[in-house]
Amino acid sequence: MFQTLTEKLEAVFKKLRGQGKITEENVAESLREVRRVLLDADVNLHVAREFIDKVQKRAVGREVLASITPGQQIIKIIHDELVSLLGVSKTDIVEAHEPPTVVLVVGLQGSGKTTFSAKLARFLKGRGRNPLLVAADVYRPAAVDQLVTLGKQLDLPVYSEAGEDAVGIAARSVDFARRHVRDTVIIDTAGRMHVDDAMMNEIAEIKAKTRPHEILFVADAMTGQDAVNTARAFHDRLDFDGVVLTKMDGDSRGGAALSIRAVVHKPIKFIGVGEKLDALEAFHPDRIASRILGMGDIVGLVEKAQEKIDQEKAQRLGEKLRSAQFTLTDFLDQLREVRNMGPLDQVLGMIPGMNRIPAGAQVNEGALTRTEAIIQSMTIEERKRPSIINGSRRKRIAAGSGTTVQEVNRLLKQFEDMQKMMKKLSKGGLKRAMSRL
Amino acid sequence: MIGTLFNRMTASLTKTRDSLIGGIRRMVSARGTISADALEDIEYALLAADVGTGTTKRLLENITKRIAADRYESIDEFMELFKDEVARVLRSTASSVDEKGKVGIANAPRPYIILVVGVNGSGKTTTIGKLAYRYKSEGLSVLLGAADTFRAGANEQLERWARRAGAEMVRQERGADPGSVAFDAVQSARSRGVDVVLIDTAGRLHTSVNLMEELRKIRRVISKVMPDAPHEVLLVLDAATGQNGLQQARQFSEAAGVTGVVLTKLDGTAKGGIVLAVGHELGIPVRYVGVGEDPEDLQPFVPQTFVDALFAQT
Repeated sequence: MFQTLTEKLEAVFKKLRGQGKITEENVAESLREVRRVLLDADVNLHVAREFIDKVQKRAVGREVLASITPGQQIIKIIHDELVSLLGVSKTDIVEAHEPPTVVLVVGLQGSGKTTFSAKLARFLKGRGRNPLLVAADVYRPAAVDQLVTLGKQLDLPVYSEAGEDAVGIAARSVDFARRHVRDTVIIDTAGRMHVDDAMMNEIAEIKAKTRPHEILFVADAMTGQDAVNTARAFHDRLDFDGVVLTKMDGDSRGGAALSIRAVVHKPIKFIGVGEKLDALEAFHPDRIASRILGMGDIVGLVEKAQEKIDQEKAQRLGEKLRSAQFTLTDFLDQLREVRNMGPLDQVLGMIPGMNRIPAGAQVNEGALTRTEAIIQSMTIEERKRPSIINGSRRKRIAAGSGTTVQEVNRLLKQFEDMQKMMKKLSKGGLKRAMSRL
Repeated sequence: MIGTLFNRMTASLTKTRDSLIGGIRRMVSARGTISADALEDIEYALLAADVGTGTTKRLLENITKRIAADRYESIDEFMELFKDEVARVLRSTASSVDEKGKVGIANAPRPYIILVVGVNGSGKTTTIGKLAYRYKSEGLSVLLGAADTFRAGANEQLERWARRAGAEMVRQERGADPGSVAFDAVQSARSRGVDVVLIDTAGRLHTSVNLMEELRKIRRVISKVMPDAPHEVLLVLDAATGQNGLQQARQFSEAAGVTGVVLTKLDGTAKGGIVLAVGHELGIPVRYVGVGEDPEDLQPFVPQTFVDALFAQT
């Protein structure tokens, strides 16, 4: 159902191979496909257009013509270009020569400013700083309560006042921090529409009064074409220093990252990946580039795997895979390794193509437990040579594992398919199959 | 009444129309014929409004077919045809708006249970506040169920709205089981003879299997008290949402049986074109649009009015 961009481009170029020559026109056809992928990922139209022009200039001629697999070559060019456009990973928050350092958090309604402010406070606290949270959102009902609750959770002070004087609250909070020896002030402001002049004047005034050392613009990763308008408007008014992309734990492709970068040229400093206060991560351009192209977060997956998987075991497994001697025991081992890596939906989300699988269709942990039980109810011999598992053995395994014969059958069938695939791969196809990822 | 409503809709949608249709009109009248270039520009306008590549392609294919068959004489006529194409997508999704522009529940069962769902920050609680205000102003009694037991300050936020609208409220402490809050809300609405129950839920990303499961449970619990409830499940969508909105609509429908969309934050520069894709792909109608922070800034979405406003002469 879901085709990766690489596959689609390969299909385009397959047609070309029959025709013999790759022309500029042909490259254009593949780039139309790229454009569609970018638009589906919510990259702004203008940004996508400029980006493709750039890629086209680099692609036509030399690289593409010389390449044996032009589709992959183009992907590489696109990916590299995306990464360079997205900037570098940078999570430092400046420290003022004369404390307190003032950080101003701004953005549209519902982008996630309050949650981010708390996450940032936690992050800085972990680095030995003493943050003060400031509740300057005086408009949304109970916004102050929300920040106070989060502050309590973090065991950090929260500065708030009754009344609607956001500018005054922000200004006084800096004095408060000075008196109470807090070295960093994080001001959480009200969400505002970029077209609301009164509110934009207010935030400009807060900036003027508090002279922040760092202004962070918080944007929802699910934003569509409008991302450029809001980012530009906030930037024109405040000249912010960095961007925070929130709700990246969803399945949006995050094209807004590219759009915002392209119009304001400020680093994307953090991404929010969950509701818990520790769900804050550094921004990795290469991973977002893969995500925008619908290629999955391979780098993240590999990192996570390296962190959790027993290297020696992995190597042995690799050998078995190559020699097609993969048994049910290995399957069980592998299953356990995967479970060690964390919640399955998170792991699966990083695999190319899997990020599009609807939530309902996701493998559930329960099914894994049952699979484990079935394999554990087999004898060593059966695990080595599943072909000996006849009807009565199936009945015994089902009874032993508390499952049904149908489930045992399904597992055996799956395993058989897997073995077939492995055999195919081991016949010299492994490298090709892997590179297709 | 209808006049003012129409005017408000027209005014609030001017921005949408200007950018979406204004561009098309200018370019069409300048050229006089619908060339491939012109179609490309229409495509551009639709894509810029977050309509998405799939729905845009479909709309363009349809209009190309219709032009080939029907032929048009003037630019105005072409615009009528195109307008009709867009309207068709919205009309295909039946709406329960009555002739007075109200989302009528006059003949609906009581209490009328509305469950409100959506991703974080889309504007669920604010929408509920505005809805409570709207139903109260129609003379109905309203009870709010604070089933967002997760977010800090959610109870307090809803409470402010309840006070503002003069609605009752059922809540439990933070961290309580949201299903249990929903149960209490429906139960007490029944015993107190309340007309409308609005149940707020915590924002959740549609990719979170566990939280979507929780939503299923809330739904089940509600229907245990009242077998035909919830009578309406509203998905709150931020107008700035990109293509992910379609996936949101799909997943929330799957888990909670969404019956209508509320399109919020239409007072910015975002166009909300994703509702065309949602209507086209999933057949879910838009019920209301949010065009500001005030209680009366939630207006019933009338497809015809929407399209008329979209294409109205400036």
